[in-house]
Amino acid sequence: MKKDKFALILGANSDIARALAYLMAQKGWNLYLASRRLDPLNRLAQDLHLRYGCIAQALYFDALDYKSHGSFYKGLQPKPEGVVVAFGYLGPLKKPPKDFAEAEKIVQINFLGAVSILEIVAKDLEKRKKGFIIGLSSVAGDRGRASNYIYGSSKAAFSTYLQGLRQRLFKSGIQVLTVKPGFVVTKMTRDLDLPKHLVTQPEKVAQDIYRALKAGKDVLYTPFYWRFIMGAIKALPEGLFKRLKL
Amino acid sequence: MKEKEIAGWGRYPKIKAKIYEIGEREEIPALLKHISQGIPWGLGRSYGDSALAQEIILTKGLKHFLAFDPQTGLLRAEAGVSLREIIQVFLPQGWFPPVVPGTQFVTLGGAVAADIHGKNHHHHGCFSEFVEEILLFIPENGILRVSRQENPELFYATCGGMGLTGLILEVSLRLTRVPSAFIRQTSIFLAGLEEILTAFEEHQQALYTVAWVDCSSTNPLGRGILLIGEHAQEAPLKIRLQKPRAVPFVPPVSLVNSWSIRIFNWLYTKQASRKPRLDLVPLEKFFFPLDKWAHWHRLYGPRGFLQYQFVVPKDQGLYALREIAQQIKKSGLSSSLAVLKLFGPENKNFLSFPMEGYTLALDFPYTEGLFRLLDRLDQIILECGGRFYLAKDARLKASVFEKGYPYLERFRKLRKSLGLDKKIQSLQSRRLAL
Repeated sequence: MKKDKFALILGANSDIARALAYLMAQKGWNLYLASRRLDPLNRLAQDLHLRYGCIAQALYFDALDYKSHGSFYKGLQPKPEGVVVAFGYLGPLKKPPKDFAEAEKIVQINFLGAVSILEIVAKDLEKRKKGFIIGLSSVAGDRGRASNYIYGSSKAAFSTYLQGLRQRLFKSGIQVLTVKPGFVVTKMTRDLDLPKHLVTQPEKVAQDIYRALKAGKDVLYTPFYWRFIMGAIKALPEGLFKRLKL
Repeated sequence: MKEKEIAGWGRYPKIKAKIYEIGEREEIPALLKHISQGIPWGLGRSYGDSALAQEIILTKGLKHFLAFDPQTGLLRAEAGVSLREIIQVFLPQGWFPPVVPGTQFVTLGGAVAADIHGKNHHHHGCFSEFVEEILLFIPENGILRVSRQENPELFYATCGGMGLTGLILEVSLRLTRVPSAFIRQTSIFLAGLEEILTAFEEHQQALYTVAWVDCSSTNPLGRGILLIGEHAQEAPLKIRLQKPRAVPFVPPVSLVNSWSIRIFNWLYTKQASRKPRLDLVPLEKFFFPLDKWAHWHRLYGPRGFLQYQFVVPKDQGLYALREIAQQIKKSGLSSSLAVLKLFGPENKNFLSFPMEGYTLALDFPYTEGLFRLLDRLDQIILECGGRFYLAKDARLKASVFEKGYPYLERFRKLRKSLGLDKKIQSLQSRRLAL
C-alpha cells in the first residue's frame, strides 16, 4: 500500500460516491471526502478508517460556493492523485422544476459547480503530469426528455465539458473518465418507481467505475447495457421522439 | 417506502407491511413523524413477530463504525452494524464480541434489543453486560444518551426491550481479547437428559458450553452431545471468514418433518464418538454452525416454523425437560435438534430473558395442532417458575408471558411516560401489551 496515495471525492455523501470510497479504501487509497454535510461525512470517514486502516478525512465543500474552490483545493496536502466529481442535484422527481430558481440550482450544481472546481484541479494535474478525473454524469444527458430535461441538459453540458477536458489533458497523461450510470438504487432515486430489472446497486456501479479507471477508459456506461439502450434512444428520429412518453 | 410481504426468521407469521429505510441518521426525525406506528428492523433474525408491524423501519443506513480504542477494546458503532462485520474487522486484531448468539448475522441494535446471550452466559451474562452506552432516539424527546449512570431506568429498559424504547442509534460495546481465531472444542456424547445436566454442572468452569439434544429419542429420553469450548492459545488470529451458501428456494413442503428429524438426529448422534473428542475449530464454526447456510429457514417450507425457547430454574431442570419431552412425544409432533444451555444469574434489565437455570430452544415446523402443544408446554414452564424468550416468540398469550417478568409493569409505565407506546409498537408488543 502506498501511504501517500490520496483521492479526492467531491459529493462523498452520495451513495455511488460512498460505494466507490469503500472500494478505493479497500484497494489501499487514502481519501479526502468532501461535501456540505459534515456529520454523515465524519461517520463515513471514521468507518473507512476503522475498517481499512486508511486515512480518511472529511472536508467541507460547497459546489455552489465557487469562490471557495480555490482555497479548498489549495488546502489539500498532499495533493490528490485523482479527483471524483460525484455531487449532483436531481431537483423535483419526475417533473420539471416549477420555477427558475430550482432550474438554476440544478444547472449551477451539476454544471457550473463541477466546472469551477475541475478547472482548478485540471491545472494542478496538468502541472504534475499525472492523475485522473472521474465525472459522474448521467444517461439522462444523452437525450432530453420532458420529465427531467433541466437535469438532463445540465448533465449533457457536464459530459461535453469532460469531453473537452479529456482532449486537453490527454497530452499530459491524465485520464478523464465520464461515468453514465443508468438507474441506481440511491437516496436520490429510492422513492422513484424504477423498472425492476433495470436497477443497479451502487456497489456494482462503483466496481465498474474502478475497473474502467484501471483500464484507462474514457466513457463508461454502467451497467454496460445502458450503452445500447441509450444508443437506441439516441437513434430515434426527433419527429418520432417528441411524440413519445419516455 | 415500499409495501411488501415480510416475516421474521421463522417465516411465521407473514404480513403485508410498509417498509421504510433509514438512509442516514439525519432522516430519522422526519421519518418517525411520518409513520403512525412502527418498529425497527435490523437483520430480521428474531424468529416471530418482534420486528413485525404495519410499518417497519429498516436500520440499514446506520452502518458505521465510529470509534475504537485498541487499549480497552471499547467500540462505538451505529446500531445497524452486524456482529459479522465486527468479527471481520476486529478479529484479526485480536478482538471478539464478548457475547455472541447462534448467528453472527445480527445487528448491534438487535443484540441490545434482545439482550442476547451466548454459550458463556454462566460466566459473563448477557450482551448488555458489555454495553457501556447507548444512543437512543425517542420521538418525543430527541436523542438521549443512555447508560448505567445516565438515564439508568431507560438503559435497563432498552437492554432486552425489543426495540420498544426508541430507535437505537449507537452502541458502545466492550470487545473481549482473544488469543486466536480458534476454539479448542471438546465434544462429549451423553446418553440421556440426566447425564447431560450432570455434565453441565461438571463442566461449569469451562467458558463456553452448549448441548444439542435429540428430543425424539425416547430410550433413554434425550440423548445428546455436550460441546465445551475454550479459546485456543496457540493458533492463528487471521482467518478467512466463510461465505454462506444459500438454500436457493422455498420447497413446497417443509423438508423438516418428523421423519427427516428422526433420521437427522439419529445420524447426528450416531456420528458422535462415544469417547470425548478434542478438536481445534474456527470460532465461526463453533459459534455459528448454521451460518454456513444462508436462508436455512427456507427448509421449513412455505408455512415456516416456530422456535420455542424457555428457561427454568436449575432445580426444576430435569423435571421440566422430561415433561416437555414427554408432551412432545405424546403430541406426535417433533422438534429438530434442540439446544440446551446453562444460564448464570439474571441481570437488572426489565425484560431480559436469562435467569439462573437451564434454557432449551426447540424448532417446530408449523403444523396444525402445534399451538395446542405449545400451550401445554407453556403451562409446564410456568409451573416450574420459568419464562419465555421474546426474540423467539410469535404466539404467547399476555397472561402467560407476564408471569415470568416481574418488572414488566415498570417497562410499560416507562413506555407510556415517554409517549413511546403511541409511536413504537410491534405485533408482539401489541399482543403482549408491552
